[in-house]
Amino acid sequence: MNKLKFDKNLVKKLISSAIIGLTNGFFGGGGGMICVPLLENIYKIDNKKSHATTLAIIFPLSLVSSAIYITENSIDFLHLLYISLGVTIGGVIGAFLLKKLNNKVVRIIFAVVMFVAGLKMVI
Amino acid sequence: MEILLMIVCGLAGGLLGGMGMGGGTLLIPLLTIFLGINQKLSQGYNLLSFLIMSLIAIFIHYKNNLIDKKVVLPVVIPALIFSIFGALLANFISNSSLRLLFGIFLMILSIFQFIKVFKSK
Repeated sequence: MNKLKFDKNLVKKLISSAIIGLTNGFFGGGGGMICVPLLENIYKIDNKKSHATTLAIIFPLSLVSSAIYITENSIDFLHLLYISLGVTIGGVIGAFLLKKLNNKVVRIIFAVVMFVAGLKMVI
Repeated sequence: MEILLMIVCGLAGGLLGGMGMGGGTLLIPLLTIFLGINQKLSQGYNLLSFLIMSLIAIFIHYKNNLIDKKVVLPVVIPALIFSIFGALLANFISNSSLRLLFGIFLMILSIFQFIKVFKSK
């Protein structure tokens, strides 16, 4: 309990955690992109561990928020199966490629695609 | 054909997710734009489809001692409250409003990605 009072970063940590949760629940994703920098900059965890720990954090959040989405929408579980299949295979390949591709190039391409997609959704 | 498209969209999302770049943010627009699935459903599919892969990845990372266990609960507990709130709110508003907000969110995220690249270059 005493440790809590001396943690100057407590407010930052709480606000960031709240934003991560809000993003996860409201947008159905994207929490990880906020969580990794949080862990690196405020908790001072190294990059590799930040990514791994982020997965552990996001998992329960997604579990709970997805339950809400299921109750509020009619999820087609067959469709979900196909999408999950793609995601799992893609994830394995992605983890493999992580070490082989130029991260910066991929990130730029990703950023452009994201921007265009976002624009399309707004217009 | 739709089945193939779903798998491919999943592949694209999973690929980026596997590279640690937030694959979900790509999967959702792919589902809405190319498959015409509504915003709320797409977000739901995104949340659910990554669960199994995440579990496997978490297990592997855990065995490799890459998870900093002591920060997990301090972040999850406050985050969970807002996650529930966010999910309820998202399903309360209309699909078109959610889509619009998501689009803005994506554009903001992409700008942060650009900044990240140019900061490290």
